[in-house]
Amino acid sequence: MPNDIPDEEVDRLYTELDAEAEAGGYHLNPDREFTRGLVCGLLVNRDRYGYIACPCRLATGRREDDLDIICPCDYRDPDLAEYGACYCALYVSADVKTGKREAEPVPERRPPRPERKKMREERESTSAAPSTLAYPVWRCRVCGYLCARNAPPEICPICRVPRERFERFM
Amino acid sequence: MDVVHVPGEDRGRVVLYALSTCGWCAKTKQLLTDLGVEFSYLYVDRVDPAEFDQALEEVERWNPRGSFPTLVINDEHVIVGFQEDAIREALHAK
Ligand code: SF4
Repeated sequence: MPNDIPDEEVDRLYTELDAEAEAGGYHLNPDREFTRGLVCGLLVNRDRYGYIACPCRLATGRREDDLDIICPCDYRDPDLAEYGACYCALYVSADVKTGKREAEPVPERRPPRPERKKMREERESTSAAPSTLAYPVWRCRVCGYLCARNAPPEICPICRVPRERFERFM
Repeated sequence: MDVVHVPGEDRGRVVLYALSTCGWCAKTKQLLTDLGVEFSYLYVDRVDPAEFDQALEEVERWNPRGSFPTLVINDEHVIVGFQEDAIREALHAK
């Protein structure tokens, strides 16, 4: 890829992501060359936007608009379950990794711009709704982890994404 | 906008909207190159910020999801994603 990220940097993030993925029950695509290309894309985006936006989607550079596509994106887990790979094929399911199943092409699950805007507005209005629960319930938008406490944890204990990826669930 | 033109055999007007960081876009561009057809491509993630909206709207006109790669042949046939067979067929390059 025509981006000048040093090889060592790509290898470093690759190793980091691989260790993190395996610890959490996720897997990087075993096609090493292809995967390195995507990791390089993540680093290009980190330089450009300040966060690792999905290499296969167009980021705007406005964090609040790109939050759902900061890797791992909100769409990874449903795509892994349905197609055996995430949209970019950076992550694959265990079956795909071991060759028991072939990854299928993944259609874009992220809604188009106008729909995203509407969903965000709805989300913002529900989180403001009053509740009769002793504690609010928060949901990790990446992996679905739920917890009942005053605020979401700083880091999701399951998939390691930061607090900003949680939404009010109940 | 920095549209890059790749010379080759004329199979109609072939325009590829791609991202410079995307693995499937790279594969699509490689396929077009291997097929030896004439095409143009635009890395939408690299357009000047002042032209960002215009570029994205152009992609959405062909592909309302605004996803990549989006390949447009003769201003009518749109192929979204790295669909090797569909691309070969559309370009009569089996
Ligand atoms: S997990 Fe999502 S953001 Fe990360 S590479 Fe895969 S599709 Fe892109």
